[in-house]
Amino acid sequence: MTTSGGWLARALRSGNFLIGAALSGTLALTALVSLFWTPKSATAISIPHRLTQPSGEFPLGTDHFGRDVLSMLMVGAQNSILVGVVAVGIGATLGIALGALASARRGWVEEVVMRLTDFSFAFPAILSAIMLTAILGPGTVNSIIAIGIFNIPLFARVTRGSANAIWAREFILAARAAGKGAFRITLEHVLPNIASVLIVQATIQFALAILAEAGLSYLGLGTQPPQPSWGRMLNEAQTMMFLAPRLAVFPGIAIALAVLGLNLLGDGLRDLFDPKLARKR
Amino acid sequence: MLLWTAIHGSHGIAAAIPREPIAVQIAAGAGVSVFLFRRFLTFLGTLVGASVVVFLVLEVLPGDPALIMLGTEAQADTLAALRKKLGLERPPLERYFDWIGGLVTGSLGMSHTYSVPVANLILERLQVTVPLAAMAITLSTALALALGLYAAARHNRPGDYGVMAFAQLGIAIPGFWFAILLVLLFAVVLGWFSAGGFPGWGDGFWPGFKSLILPASALALAQAAILSRVTRSSVLEVMREDYVRTARAKGLTRRRTLIRHVLRNALIPVVTIMGLQLSNLLTGTIIIESVFHLPGLGRLVFQAISQRDLPVVKDVVVLFAAMVVAINFLVDMLYAAIDPRLRLHDD
Repeated sequence: MTTSGGWLARALRSGNFLIGAALSGTLALTALVSLFWTPKSATAISIPHRLTQPSGEFPLGTDHFGRDVLSMLMVGAQNSILVGVVAVGIGATLGIALGALASARRGWVEEVVMRLTDFSFAFPAILSAIMLTAILGPGTVNSIIAIGIFNIPLFARVTRGSANAIWAREFILAARAAGKGAFRITLEHVLPNIASVLIVQATIQFALAILAEAGLSYLGLGTQPPQPSWGRMLNEAQTMMFLAPRLAVFPGIAIALAVLGLNLLGDGLRDLFDPKLARKR
Repeated sequence: MLLWTAIHGSHGIAAAIPREPIAVQIAAGAGVSVFLFRRFLTFLGTLVGASVVVFLVLEVLPGDPALIMLGTEAQADTLAALRKKLGLERPPLERYFDWIGGLVTGSLGMSHTYSVPVANLILERLQVTVPLAAMAITLSTALALALGLYAAARHNRPGDYGVMAFAQLGIAIPGFWFAILLVLLFAVVLGWFSAGGFPGWGDGFWPGFKSLILPASALALAQAAILSRVTRSSVLEVMREDYVRTARAKGLTRRRTLIRHVLRNALIPVVTIMGLQLSNLLTGTIIIESVFHLPGLGRLVFQAISQRDLPVVKDVVVLFAAMVVAINFLVDMLYAAIDPRLRLHDD
């Protein structure tokens, strides 16, 4: 058993965790601040200021509509976090419920759930998004749904795999002997014991959701104008590549740092939750 | 899950294949055919399920596909004509079986925008997408094996950290952004390549090949990053095995041990992950082909969406889904062929 003090001490020594937490914290803070304040308006068009070089007034310059790139990046963080949180939320809620159900009931229920997850692997996020936009039109909500659906089977698999290991333990037998039903055992014993695995999984999926959203917005299937999004900023930058190549650099750095931060945070958390694994690697 | 364990250090996947007594091998033989049969049924079921979903989402759920294709301002007689052309007046079940029959025999529907059979469009576009995917997988595998082996040989030294940092970055950088940066450097600044487009294979091999180099590199980055991590952790794990120590103890050099004993066993998870990555690579082409304006399958489906060409969307999406399912099935088979222990318990 480790004490909470020991956990904190190890957290402070873990490079992955520290860098990951710092980057993810910056991402969250940027999104939060941009709700109340940005240096300039992220959507106001100002033709006299179009394609301005970085300066004191515009730290990262302006785009072809004269919008402040820094402000757009800040507001874009909101968008990435929104999509990530909701899509992973949908995937985690339904996936964990399905996985826990499969593990608690076993038999045909487990078989059905597992075959359903097999089958949804046939539709990677971008493919579901393409189908949804073909009939509903592009938009943030549709990309959230597509990425969320893609996450359900992943969480269901991880939950079922880890929960099955817990169900085989002796304290579950004791809980059964005490007369607890499967639902109560799942809530009181199984889920708390696999929480760490699920948190790590959620962090990694969050990163993947940000990547997927950026890809969809780049294609024009995700977030729509005038709401700024990193993926679409890159799309617009590509048309300006010969005039202002710097526009193609900043949004990409933002995406890469956000994803890198969440991935490192996930790695760090896994090492902290499972010190055996950390030593082994 | 497989990907997860393989990347983040698994327990014994790469271990040596144990020699079982003959009786156990016979029992295992019976298990194998049951395993194969079950997997094959699942494979067929998944294919059918995927086609049902595509059909429901694109033809039944929207209510009137003709209205979606033409927009709400379309004239009543134009709508009626399109409904008739698409056969929408027939019951959905009949349309589904017609569609499936067409898919099996290769006679797909007609594209609304191009007024040519979808099958022709797909065949034409595959000439871009298949070489692109093949180049990307070759490049990423070569890079990943070299980097992974190098990192494992330099375990916990600067070279190892360098490779691991590359892997973290490669996973975090979006492929399409890397693609844009490649265009920026090699097309805009250096002028070595064109910024996009595909001249076709008509003018010989080199012009077509050259136009696919940048896109394939962009596609390969993330795959190479993930695979190099898998290779490294897999090699490290095998190097801890007793038989490797034995090989070294009997006097084999480090290099010979690495090649004869370590690499062969370490490749098992690498091959598996490579197969799983193939499906990511395939869907990755949808975005990368857009970045480089390549007339491939991904660009076809993407354009079909903006043109609301539902017959094309339906056929290409189901083709992508079928390719993903088929790849997963083949990987399962390959995995079972390489590691017999996995055949007996079906996860």
